[in-house]
Amino acid sequence: MERNKRNSIFSDVDWVVVLLYLLLITMGWLNIYSAVYNEDHHVITDMTQKYGKQMLWIGTSLIIALIILIIDEKFYTAFAYIIYAVFLLACIAVPYLGREVKGSRSWFRFGDFGLQPAEFMKFATNLAIAKFLSNQFIKITDYRNTIITLIIIGIPFLAIKVLEDETGLAIVFSAFIFTLYREGLSVNYLLLGFLAIVLFILALMVNNIYLFIIIGSLCVIATLFIKRNAQNLFVVALIGLVACGMVKGTSTVYDHLEAHQKVRIDVLLGRGTVNLKKEGYNVNQAKIAIGSGGWTGKGYLNGTQTKYEFVPAQDTDFIFCTVGEEWGFVGSTVVIILELILIIKVIFMAERQRSPFSRIYGYGVASVLFFHLTINVGMTIGLAPVIGIPLPFFSYGGSSLWSFTILLFIFIKLDSHRLAILR
Amino acid sequence: MNQLEERKYIIIGVFILVGLAFITRLFFIQVIDDSYKLDARNQSFRYNTEFPVRGYIYDRKHKLLVYNEAAYDLMVLPKEVKDIDTADFCNLLGITKDEFLKKMRKAILAPNSPRKESVFEKQISPQDYAKLQERLYRFRGFKVQSRTLRKYPMKIAAHLLGYIGEADKERTEIDPYYNEGDYIGISGMEKTYEKALRGKKGLHIMMVDVNNREKGSYKNGLYDTMAIPGKSLMSTLDADLQLYGEMLMHDKTGSVVAIEPSTGEILALVSSPSYDPNLLVGRARNKNFSKLYLDTVRVPLFNRATMASYPPGSTFKLVESLIGQQEGVLTTETKYPCSAGYAPLGGHPKCEVHPSPLALYDAIGYSCNSYFSYVFKSIIENKKYDNMYKAFEAWRNIALSFNIGRKTNSDLANELRGNIPSIKYYDRVFGKGSWKASTVISLGIGQAEMGITPLQNANVVTIIANKGWYYTPHIVKAIDGNANDTTLNRFKIKHNTAITDSVIYNNVREGMSHVTESGTAHLLKIEGVEYCAKTGTAENPHGRDHSVFVAFAPKDNPKIAIAVLVENAGWGASWAGPIATLMMEKYLNGKVVRKDLEKQMMDADLIDQPKYVKPKKKK
Repeated sequence: MERNKRNSIFSDVDWVVVLLYLLLITMGWLNIYSAVYNEDHHVITDMTQKYGKQMLWIGTSLIIALIILIIDEKFYTAFAYIIYAVFLLACIAVPYLGREVKGSRSWFRFGDFGLQPAEFMKFATNLAIAKFLSNQFIKITDYRNTIITLIIIGIPFLAIKVLEDETGLAIVFSAFIFTLYREGLSVNYLLLGFLAIVLFILALMVNNIYLFIIIGSLCVIATLFIKRNAQNLFVVALIGLVACGMVKGTSTVYDHLEAHQKVRIDVLLGRGTVNLKKEGYNVNQAKIAIGSGGWTGKGYLNGTQTKYEFVPAQDTDFIFCTVGEEWGFVGSTVVIILELILIIKVIFMAERQRSPFSRIYGYGVASVLFFHLTINVGMTIGLAPVIGIPLPFFSYGGSSLWSFTILLFIFIKLDSHRLAILR
Repeated sequence: MNQLEERKYIIIGVFILVGLAFITRLFFIQVIDDSYKLDARNQSFRYNTEFPVRGYIYDRKHKLLVYNEAAYDLMVLPKEVKDIDTADFCNLLGITKDEFLKKMRKAILAPNSPRKESVFEKQISPQDYAKLQERLYRFRGFKVQSRTLRKYPMKIAAHLLGYIGEADKERTEIDPYYNEGDYIGISGMEKTYEKALRGKKGLHIMMVDVNNREKGSYKNGLYDTMAIPGKSLMSTLDADLQLYGEMLMHDKTGSVVAIEPSTGEILALVSSPSYDPNLLVGRARNKNFSKLYLDTVRVPLFNRATMASYPPGSTFKLVESLIGQQEGVLTTETKYPCSAGYAPLGGHPKCEVHPSPLALYDAIGYSCNSYFSYVFKSIIENKKYDNMYKAFEAWRNIALSFNIGRKTNSDLANELRGNIPSIKYYDRVFGKGSWKASTVISLGIGQAEMGITPLQNANVVTIIANKGWYYTPHIVKAIDGNANDTTLNRFKIKHNTAITDSVIYNNVREGMSHVTESGTAHLLKIEGVEYCAKTGTAENPHGRDHSVFVAFAPKDNPKIAIAVLVENAGWGASWAGPIATLMMEKYLNGKVVRKDLEKQMMDADLIDQPKYVKPKKKK
């Protein structure tokens, strides 16, 4: 405590991470300028254009960051559940109170600007998870605690998915699996999840009969290598049954997906004939834009595919296309590496915390950022299904930039008190 | 807890793996795979063609023969056509709604497509364009592409100038310079000098956005090329003479070819019946073309001057006289009898009644068939050769050197070869060794299987006028004002025939002089001009004989050599002769004093006669 009194609120702030943050949002801003460049409004601060507005979002983000650093770090631990509850209420309320914009019911509108509470649910949920798991009497290995944690994650997921119908925003909550894994969740859950994804893809690609035969054969082979006691045989049989159940379940799940979601999965897996003018259009155009960049790209402001709107949502979800087209392989690699450096830096920072709350929160930050990066970049290059979520710090948008800023800076604040007493 | 801390490496490992996978993938689509770059260009670039102005064509005195008039094609990009006032649009173009829908369907269906620009309305006149231009902005998806139309102010020389048409798919595959629908010379000078006339297309690369709106020039026009205008041609043609020739030949079937002997320049080339070249331009082109094409009575599209092969008839007797002297079997003193025909073969070929026997000058003057049958026999049975075959071959080779039975290689598109039958041919017809001079005696008077085009005929006269040499007949004097353009080099090579002794030629010219003084053309005088001529009557197996007349003038230092053929008109002196002499008079004196003859010729309508039968096209 002596130490904190002696120094300003900025002492012990990890400036490397702050600089990375500033670098990324600046690069993002410049790319938005290029993506929606309008010759008649060529001033980057022109408030009628998205780049002008993004400048406003960046400015307000910096103010928010400052406020977060000023607020006492105990606020976040003490009010974690309350923050969670407030934003959850907002998420639930928005479909009823907010104005519908372009078919989306997840926005509160204030004149020209809008806010999406779902974006802020990410840090709120992260705080709640950290609060719950940092209780020294709570062990995640206890299945009851696992279930409670899953409920903390599941409620906002359902609220956003079911009430607001924002699949992209909802699915982000699955990122917390990394946090849970770090905090001791059995690796079996991860393997089970991994198996589920693999089987889901295989079930869509390969005739299910063959899959059943393969699973059965693998189980038989497994019995040859293990001690054949009742318990082991039971486990093998159980795994086999679960696997077969997953395969069988795939078609049920697939059939219950909405048409556009089915199409996105089909496009990703190359199932059937993909019409590049319809369902395959977005991904194809994104790939053309990025692919046409070559080694070093066409040069800043010289992109044709993005600037001339061949690529949809070129300033938001597909902002990475501008990077790929104008900066080429070199530029896209730099962006991916910078984002990864920030994420991994956050993991190392999390590991140096004495307080479990700070550590768990830090892992949540890294997980959410990583999930966004993976899905966002992955969809533009055809490695992930098209899910409309922003590229952290790059995509145009106030809510997402504010949300990422709050998410990151709460952790920077917590980290600056890493040397203080255990919470 | 320690064990759990280890898990950070697994998590970091997963993150880095994903990053590496992305970078690898990016390397493939950005660096290795070029198809995306191609796709990007196809989508975001629009290649605008700038059509060059096609070269003008002038006559030898700088009179304009062909120029261009601006025309505008209305182009449509069906995908872009939205919310337009169809009624207003149809009204503006003067079409009905049904026509509008038909045209739109055409623009959408293959080989066109909604995403491909195609011609909606061809060749709108400048007046209509002005009207359209003001209001075009209201019709999204339509734009105007400027093109040029050929115009022919004098309406002459249709066959010579030729016409242009649109390049078809086949053409674009042979020559990638052309895109489907580009203009290309199809016949005449337009075809022969296509490369000079067309110029070079320019290309402007424009960037377009997803809605196909132009967004400016790619890299500020770094890769753009400007159109290079086509070169102008100066023709060797004398427009006044050509026009005069066409007037004289009006309502007659046949042709006139006039050459300047000292240069091989074609002064006039008339093929009649002809047509107004302006008919094959503009929107009515297709309609007019099929009308001309289907006129099987007059066959106006057919260029008789280069494409019709006739028996040379009596004009070949001139060549015969030259060969006889060259081969040492004929002198000016050589006399042969005539008994209204060639006696050794029972009076065949037949001849007119005239004094007998005759020496060479008079034989030419009277165009005696019997005389030249004897000459031919003496050439073929020449003792200086071991056998008849060698003599025949020598005769044939000399004739070939006069460019008979061989393409002249002129710059007139589509030329017929003509024919001098070969030994091989007669061996096939009669059997080896079972034919002799008397079997093929009518070759001596230019009949039988012999064929010559009017152009070749005029060239033969040129050779006699020049005493043994000629330049390849040609129609272009200079390209872009440059008479030394390399494409014209082949017209500067002097060709010598197998007979170069000027004495031999002087003897024949003396004979031709007799023709005009006391012979078959003694009634056709040109004031103040002595000239040499030969009348002919080409036997026509399909009907009345063709009237043939060849001449050059003046006798000394000839300025014009001419060959006239009027189909089914009988005697050479009655139709072809007057026309030829009138043209020479016009050319040399600048005016014609024989007004009565001129009027008689111009007014005569000989077309209601059995027509020339077009030879079957060899495929």
